[in-house]
Amino acid sequence: MLEIGLVHYLVVAATLFTLGVFGIFLNRKNVIVILMSIELMLLAVNINFVAFSATLHDLTGQVFTMFVLTVAAAEAAIGLAILVVFFRNKGTIAVEDIASLKG
Amino acid sequence: MIGALAFYAFASVLVLSAIMVITAKNPVHSVLFLILAFFNAAGLFVLLGAEFVAMILVIVYVGAVAVLFLFVVMMLDISFADLRKGAMQFVPVGLLFGGILLAELVMLYLVWETAPEAGINAASPVDAGSSLTNAEALGQILYTQYLFPFQVSGLILLVSMIGAIVLTLRTRSGVLRQKVGNQVSRTIDETMEIRKVTTGAGVQ
Repeated sequence: MLEIGLVHYLVVAATLFTLGVFGIFLNRKNVIVILMSIELMLLAVNINFVAFSATLHDLTGQVFTMFVLTVAAAEAAIGLAILVVFFRNKGTIAVEDIASLKG
Repeated sequence: MIGALAFYAFASVLVLSAIMVITAKNPVHSVLFLILAFFNAAGLFVLLGAEFVAMILVIVYVGAVAVLFLFVVMMLDISFADLRKGAMQFVPVGLLFGGILLAELVMLYLVWETAPEAGINAASPVDAGSSLTNAEALGQILYTQYLFPFQVSGLILLVSMIGAIVLTLRTRSGVLRQKVGNQVSRTIDETMEIRKVTTGAGVQ
C-alpha cells in the first residue's frame, strides 16, 4: 500500500477517464459539462503519459503530454467558440437541438 | 511514507473533484472543481518528478482553459435546471458502460508487467547521473528531437485562435464605426463640387 508504483497512477488515471465517460452520459444535454468531461479524459491520458515516462525513465511521455495539452487547449477554444455561436443563433445549448444539419 | 501520503491525498481529492465536476448542479461550480482537479493532477506530476509539465498544466489549464470556461458559462444566459431535466434516465446506462470500462482497465493494470527491455527502447532516455533539471532535460529534446511536432503544435494553436476569432466575430447592424478604407478611397469628385460664381449672382 505504501509503496507507490506505476499501477497506482494508472488506476487513478483509469478512474478519472471513467468519470469523464460517465460525465458525458450524465450531462447529455449540457455541452459545457461535456467539454469539461473531455478535459477530464485528456487529463487522465496525461497522467498515464507522465506515469509511464517516470517509470521507464523516458522523457518522450512528458513531451507528448505537452502536445496533448496543446490540442486540448485548442479544442476547448474552438468548442466554446462554436458553443457561443450556437447560443447566439438558437438561444439554447441543449445538444438535442443540434440537429439542424440533418435537413 | 510522506510520498505515499501525498499521493493518496492528491489522488483522492482529484477523483472527488472529478466527481463534483460531472455532478454539480451549477456549471460555475463544475468549472471551479475542474480547477481543483487540475491543481491536484499537477501535484501528482510533481510527485512523479515531472515538475515542468506540472507547472505548464497549472498555467495552461487554470490560467487559460478554466478561465475560458468560466467566461463562457457566465456570459451565456441559460437555465441550467432545464438542461438537467431527464438527465437521470441515462445514469443506469452510464454506470453500466463506465463500470465495464473501469473494471476492464483495473483488471488489465493488476496483471501489468513492464517488459524488461522497455527501458532500453526509450526514445529519449533520462541520464540517471546527470545534474540537469527536468525543464532543462525537456528543453534539450523538445527543441532538437521534437522540433517539428513542437512547431506543428504552435501552428495548431494559431489555427484554433484564428478559428475562434472568425467564429465569434460578428458585424452588428446599427453600430457606427470608422471605415478607413472608405475614407482613404474617397476622391475629390464625389465629395466636392467646384462652381464658378459670378459676381453679384450668388450660387444658383
